[in-house]
Amino acid sequence: MNWIAWFYFPARLAWRQLVFDRTKLIAATSGVLFACVLVFMQLGFKDSLYASAASAPVKLSGDLFLMHKQSEALWRPVKFKRSELMRALGNPAVTDVYPLYLGLAPFKNIETQVKRTLMVYGFDPDSQIFNVEGIKNKRIELQLKDTVLFDEYSRPEFGPIRQLLDAGRNKTEINDYKITLIGTFRLGVSFAADGNVATSDLNFMRIFPNRNHSDIDLGVIKLRPGVSVTQTQFELRNQLNEFINIFTYEELLQHEMDYWANMAPIGFIFGFGTIMGLVVGLVIVYQILFTDIANLRNEFATLKAMGYEHGYFIRVVFASAFFLAVFGFIPGYALSIGLYQLAESQIFMPMPMTFSKVVTVFMFILSMCALAGFLAIRKLRVANPADMF
Amino acid sequence: MSIAIEVDRLNFSFGRGVLTQSVLKNVTISIHQGEIVLITGPSGSGKTTFLTIIGGLRQAFYGSVIVLDQQLINSNEQTKIKVRQQIGYIFQQHNLLKSLTALQNVSMTLEMHNAMTERQRLDRATEMLEAVGLGNRLDYKPEQLSSGQRQRVSIARALVGQPKIVLADEPTASLDKQSGYEAVSILKRLAKESQTTILLVTHDYRILDIADRVVELEDGIIKNS
Ligand SMILES: Nc1ncnc2c1ncn2[C@@H]1O[C@H](COP(=O)(O)OP(=O)(O)O)[C@@H](O)[C@H]1O
Ligand SMILES: [Mg+2]
Repeated sequence: MNWIAWFYFPARLAWRQLVFDRTKLIAATSGVLFACVLVFMQLGFKDSLYASAASAPVKLSGDLFLMHKQSEALWRPVKFKRSELMRALGNPAVTDVYPLYLGLAPFKNIETQVKRTLMVYGFDPDSQIFNVEGIKNKRIELQLKDTVLFDEYSRPEFGPIRQLLDAGRNKTEINDYKITLIGTFRLGVSFAADGNVATSDLNFMRIFPNRNHSDIDLGVIKLRPGVSVTQTQFELRNQLNEFINIFTYEELLQHEMDYWANMAPIGFIFGFGTIMGLVVGLVIVYQILFTDIANLRNEFATLKAMGYEHGYFIRVVFASAFFLAVFGFIPGYALSIGLYQLAESQIFMPMPMTFSKVVTVFMFILSMCALAGFLAIRKLRVANPADMF
Repeated sequence: MSIAIEVDRLNFSFGRGVLTQSVLKNVTISIHQGEIVLITGPSGSGKTTFLTIIGGLRQAFYGSVIVLDQQLINSNEQTKIKVRQQIGYIFQQHNLLKSLTALQNVSMTLEMHNAMTERQRLDRATEMLEAVGLGNRLDYKPEQLSSGQRQRVSIARALVGQPKIVLADEPTASLDKQSGYEAVSILKRLAKESQTTILLVTHDYRILDIADRVVELEDGIIKNS
């Protein structure tokens, strides 16, 4: 009973004072709502960026991956010698090795003839290094000269490829080289590339005439079933050139995400945006609580004169801050769900509203309001009961 | 009869150094439990200052002020809070909380006392509002009440906690003749019922007849006590 009263009574007073002044309540709620939406969007874009950055590596199927140490990310690789990958075959745990060739090249829109850059993946169609249906079941056709598969999840600026293929229009150019589209697959775009195509290593060399088989961008290693991945990784580290990174699948994904989080300014920009949203919300909530305390100074002083302790008023202010956080968060959350869907349909990137994100944003908003309350409480001191008579 | 308020050679001044303004000079007075004392005197004579010291709202440093057995001279915050909780205040302005109804305002006095249940609190507050003639205005907010009604709510708020002492600073100043007299009569009737001490500051000579004793303060000095 005692501690319930300890919190319940000040909270109830805070509640009554909040709902009494609707205009003020709406103003404060909008401030929190604004901060809430801003933070949700920033975090949403950031997560979506990280998720899509790794969309290609996620679909790779292999046990270990070789990359040049200077490769910051898969979309801007530094080439290394294929012979380095072949040396891995010397390890008895290794069964197969496959090179992956990557290149950015302009793709000509079949309808408008406008060129736009996309990512070209070149690999041995028999290798099965991509765990993607549309690629696996076209491996025979991909062996043919100048055949290419198109990623359905590419941005619409490349043209309605599916419909065009159905209509029999399958000829276009990549890097000014004539190719034939033989189907589509589903991979997903990233901030680095607006679209993707997949083709055989031989066709890759035709599209990029100044590339050759011996300079590769990524090496995919498959191990014998049952052997230890980390043990083999350790052994290969001693066997291969020190300029080569040997990643497990998880490490490869992490490497990609770290690039976007740390190397690229984009991670910083979203972090900055999140902080800006919180600061704006903080200022608004602080302003509201502060003027509130100033306006209610006489009421607080009256209560002080009646024998209420300072701690009671602190609890009133924090309860107000808590209610504002909740009032602002609920509509902010609802609005953000809508905006996530809108964003998904506009930028073609997944923006999932995960539970952990909801909790994170609520915690942000709550801390923001608590901090605003903490700052505003200094104003309470001017509520001097002696001035009440 | 026991003594509720015992003031001995109280001195109080505002400001420091050359700006020091002596407001209360050697004030000595004792007030018995249940006594109704009115303080009159010209504006600026120190009446409000005196009342705020008695009520534990303002700290004094010289002399002796014993209220309900607590020494308030050089007292700490806890002592003052303890005294405040045993005193009912009636302010010149009603000072009700504008977001609360009459009933909720009166209950605020009782929320400091954890021993009661919410039901008991509301019942007591309702009884008190009925006693001041506002039984039909329980759920009205201050802005929906007349100034006389508001002052009666604040009387109810001051008395509901059954305080030993009620301090009132010009409670009728903002009221017309009729409602001013009404409010003070209610105060007197209820206080007499429960042996409450009342210390009331007023300029209003129409209400002097409610007092057991009238004290005049002039320039910080008690003239006839
Ligand atoms: N907070 C204060 N600071 C400085 N001087 C004050 C303050 N309050 C009152 N005074 C001065 O103290 C004197 C007595 O004031 P007060 O006790 O309010 O008189 P009364 O209530 O009898 O009109 C006045 O001269 C007034 O100007
Ligand atoms: Mg005065």
